[in-house]
Amino acid sequence: MKPFGYLRATSVEEAVRAAAGRPGARFLGGGTNLVDLMKLGVEAPPLLIDVTRLPLADIEELPDGGLRIGAMVRNSDLAAAVAVRERYPVLSQALLAGASGQLRNTATTGGNLLQRTRCLYFQDTTKPCNKRSPGTGCPARDGVHRDLAVLGHSAHCVATQPSDLAVALAALDAEVQLHGPDGERTVAVTDFHRLPGDRPEQDTVIRPGELLTAVRLPPAAPGARSRYRKARDRASFAFALASVAAVLEVRDGVVGRAALAFGGLAHRPWRARAAEEVLHGAPATEDTFARAADAELAAARPLRDNAFKVELARNLAVSVLTGLASPAADR
Amino acid sequence: MEPTSPPADGGGAAPAAESRSELVLHVNDVAYTVTVDHRTTVLDLLREHFGLTGAKKGCDHGQCGACTVLVDGRRANSCLLLAVAQDGRRLTTVEGLAEGERLHPLQEAFLDRDAFQCGYCTPGQLCSAAGVLAEAADGFPSHVTPATADPTAPVALTADEIRERMSGNLCRCGAYPRIVEAVADAGARPGGTARSAGQEVAR
Amino acid sequence: MSPDPFPLGPPPYPLGAPLARREGREKVTGTARYAAEHTPPGCAYAWPVAATVARGRITAVDAAGALALPGVCAVLTHENAPRLAVADDPTLSLLQDDRVPHRGWYVALAVADSLETARAAAEAVRVSYATEEHDVLLTAGHPGLYEAEIANGGYPGTRERGDFEGEFAAAPVTVDATYIVPPLHNHPMEPHASTAHWSDGRLTVHDSSQGATKVCEDLAALFSLDTSRVTVVSEHVGGGFGSKGTPRPQVVLAAMAARHTGRPVKLSLPRREMAAVVGHRAPTVQRVRLGAGDDGVLTALAHEIATHTSTVKEFVEQAAVPARMMYTSPNSRTVHRVVPLDVPTPSWMRAPGEAPGMYALESAVDELAVLLDVDPVELRLRNEPDTEPDSDRAFSSRHLIGCLREGAKRFGWLPRDPRPGVRREGDLLLGTGVAAATYPVYVAPSSAEAQAAADGSYRVRVNATDIGTGARTVLAQIAAAALTVPEERVHIEIGNSDLPPAMLAGGSMGTASWGWAVHKACMALRAQLRHHDGPLPAGGLTAVADTRQEAAERSPYARHAFGATFAEVQADTVSGEVRLRRLLGVYAAGRILNSRTARSQFIGGMTMGLGMALMEGSRLDPAFGDFAECDLASYHVPVCADVPQIEAHWLDEEDPHLNPMGSKGIGEIGIVGTAAAVANAFRHATGIRLRDLPLSADKVLPRLRARQEGTG
Repeated sequence: MKPFGYLRATSVEEAVRAAAGRPGARFLGGGTNLVDLMKLGVEAPPLLIDVTRLPLADIEELPDGGLRIGAMVRNSDLAAAVAVRERYPVLSQALLAGASGQLRNTATTGGNLLQRTRCLYFQDTTKPCNKRSPGTGCPARDGVHRDLAVLGHSAHCVATQPSDLAVALAALDAEVQLHGPDGERTVAVTDFHRLPGDRPEQDTVIRPGELLTAVRLPPAAPGARSRYRKARDRASFAFALASVAAVLEVRDGVVGRAALAFGGLAHRPWRARAAEEVLHGAPATEDTFARAADAELAAARPLRDNAFKVELARNLAVSVLTGLASPAADR
Repeated sequence: MEPTSPPADGGGAAPAAESRSELVLHVNDVAYTVTVDHRTTVLDLLREHFGLTGAKKGCDHGQCGACTVLVDGRRANSCLLLAVAQDGRRLTTVEGLAEGERLHPLQEAFLDRDAFQCGYCTPGQLCSAAGVLAEAADGFPSHVTPATADPTAPVALTADEIRERMSGNLCRCGAYPRIVEAVADAGARPGGTARSAGQEVAR
Repeated sequence: MSPDPFPLGPPPYPLGAPLARREGREKVTGTARYAAEHTPPGCAYAWPVAATVARGRITAVDAAGALALPGVCAVLTHENAPRLAVADDPTLSLLQDDRVPHRGWYVALAVADSLETARAAAEAVRVSYATEEHDVLLTAGHPGLYEAEIANGGYPGTRERGDFEGEFAAAPVTVDATYIVPPLHNHPMEPHASTAHWSDGRLTVHDSSQGATKVCEDLAALFSLDTSRVTVVSEHVGGGFGSKGTPRPQVVLAAMAARHTGRPVKLSLPRREMAAVVGHRAPTVQRVRLGAGDDGVLTALAHEIATHTSTVKEFVEQAAVPARMMYTSPNSRTVHRVVPLDVPTPSWMRAPGEAPGMYALESAVDELAVLLDVDPVELRLRNEPDTEPDSDRAFSSRHLIGCLREGAKRFGWLPRDPRPGVRREGDLLLGTGVAAATYPVYVAPSSAEAQAAADGSYRVRVNATDIGTGARTVLAQIAAAALTVPEERVHIEIGNSDLPPAMLAGGSMGTASWGWAVHKACMALRAQLRHHDGPLPAGGLTAVADTRQEAAERSPYARHAFGATFAEVQADTVSGEVRLRRLLGVYAAGRILNSRTARSQFIGGMTMGLGMALMEGSRLDPAFGDFAECDLASYHVPVCADVPQIEAHWLDEEDPHLNPMGSKGIGEIGIVGTAAAVANAFRHATGIRLRDLPLSADKVLPRLRARQEGTG
């Protein structure tokens, strides 16, 4: 780790100004990923701008019935918030399926969304990686890639976005608020993370110097139920092999509102629009759910060792949707 | 302090004057005023500068939990906390759990249950468990908390709850069953901070 | 065996009593100090530089950038590091030449005033290499495989009895299956660490080691010193599981750096680098062939394994050895083939040989039971040998049958519907499995000193190591029993090479080896005390003993511990996730000397076996030559939530042919049967025989589908 400067920002404007004045500067939230990456040498910022003490740690009710979640709200606080547990259970479940109690106490909402891939090559600075060092190549494509992407990858990168939170937010049609040198803007979570294409170094559409200040949740769909399910190598404290977040409303045996997103399959949380098209207005049966999942996963292009993820994602989706459609399901 | 060759990222390292800061850290109710290298983590500060070697370095990347301490009462991996960013915080380490010679109920329970072998993960387990008891009492849910649970009530610490909540602390000696019992015992003690279903705990 | 019978009997003799660990309070209050927790005045910090090529030579080291950083004391390389004598263990010939035998081999060491600077300096060292082609992939047909002469533990690589091929061909029922165990990593929670300090030509080291005597001897040899000029302290050790059994690079590097800089130096290995430099369990490809009569009695047994070693030294995982003594097998072949690859050097990991070997053998026995439609417990009873098949020696004690029966009773094994795929709970398929376990009885020479003080207390000194076993406590129990005094009057000193030299904590022989010496010293002291009149002199009375003679005696008996492991698992047909529900082990391991710490050790071994079955394993990256899963996020070890219910029990086994305590080792047998029991339970649940550990979703899910579609 190289020496770096440290600035504790007292306002969003100050933080953004400081970032603009120092190329390569990074905002420090909980640090659970950034400090890790600095130790690995993947990140070497000349300046850390500590934003943890900015007034961004509140969860506010919005006039439209939605929620505004400050970027510095800790994962454990967000998961425990009564409004979240009651109205957006998928969000609470996704957070609680991730990391450990200690990490959730430290990690922030903004930082969670901005965490970087756990691709083993990305984390090892002695090896090539287009995401870390553009143009050096992608050894994962032919290397160790069981945990990597089956959807939306490119010749340049097969990394996955590891956030559980992002998957739930994608299914909930959440938006992120960004504050940059040119002012504020809002981006849908589904548009926030990118596919790698030929610029895998760019995880998201965030611009240099922009600070993620909040996440906005639209009002929970009345009558809809939601759930997150994650498959992993051990019973707790592991990244997803695949995960699914689903919001489903069934009226008279027919799917009304349906939102489905996959985690662990792609460079971004994968909102399953093709599946949703099949679901809308269709009978809420296992057969429908299977057709929906298949419609989405037809686009999958698994690598040598990760074809199981396609089947896993399909099974998880069918199981979760079936559970949500069943009156007995409560989680 | 300028490096002799430009760093690969082209960002330029910080000048020496900018790479250290003074801060105050309250550790186990003692205020420490120190000037730290910004790179120094809370874990290294405790271990190498304050001589508080209770918190352990198992992985240095937030993957094992051996470094767990309480920060303003909540458990955190101290290996991922830059000291400079914790200015003014109140830390409790394993050295601060006991009150003088009187052990914390968790420490007593770990001894009673033989909830450790090599002992290296133990300080982290204890601090984590202290956090678990408080979190459950405060109604924080876990991955295994039923969706039907009252979100405003404390969470009953069943064996399953303890197992899930303690899963951020690896123990390679395999003391988990004893740890679960010990946490349940401590939670059930009079004056303990959480309710407990000790009978459900696996043998 | 013992010239002086051990005092047996009811309390106050504390042997077997569940005494609490003596160092428990230090461990729960954080005051127990481990190797990296000693910081002598002026201490500098070291950070290693690992090779980034899989094979080749160093052509240049540019340390200028590192040395220019303020606070850097030195960068050691093969060009300037102190010269070492030729090492018995070539993995310790560090920074002595330009050769890179595998990726991750240490090629330099940065030393600085602070940890942060040392790390930055190591990152700034530029090493150039001339690379050579490398090969890190073990295959069953690798052209470089050869039959090993000697496998780990000193066992002959190959053994043949009778006519295996003929009897196998003639057998009415046969199993021919190949099992794969991937590379496994010990990953003790405490990374390997050392703090070294030279003063007046004397070297003092705090080292995270399973045996300070061995470390002292090796350091003395490497630095051409008399052992009296080297002190190695291993007071508290954060686990080892074999990986700290002999000196590892950290202690040599720390000592070199301290000598080079003239300052105390602390070095703690980064977790991510451990896989490459502290040893691993070598992968094995194991072919097991069983031939049996219709009654299930084995007539032919072959266990042939292929494994890898490094180009640095030969280490052969002795996985086929337990097949030589487990079951009736008049016609038997056991072979170890090994290929040296450009991989990190494998070494001991908890029950080397037995853990992977019994996974394969006990899986094959289960396959035979399925073929014959015989209960797998019953099948094992039918193959109980009268004498050790390989040597024809009588067993000193063998209570495998007792373990199986007791375990079956406690577990609720019967009634058991042998059909797979019929126990459903929602999406989950449930099943139960059983496997036998065994581990040899070893003992090694040790010495000890016992002293009676004038105040009525006793002091016992022996360079034992407590890596989490509770050595202090059990040795105090042994001493107290020998001296017939209350245990609390016995003071124990261990973990320092200045103490009477003793065996390392490994091979499940620590307690037997140290305890024998302690017992002998205490009995000698008792004899002295009997003949002593009047008050003791101010310096007390002292007796010393060593067990060179006793340990060298070849026993006329075959001596092994046995056990039976029962598992219940669930396989999720949606996700392919396999999780443990219950695990129960029953062991026959001689006299259990401390029921409390013994139970913890059995359960710990079983937990590691559960990891081996369900989640542990790493891969050698063919392109880069290193272990891909090198940290604790990617190499999964069990977490608390993976261990719902786990129990260990034992039989009261009296065996007069062991040592004065009547004990067998218990540190390793827990891991031995577990992986097979879990894999057999998985087969019972699903009907799928997965012969490739671990049972992870990527392998399970496609097989579940194939089975549902009727193609599996």
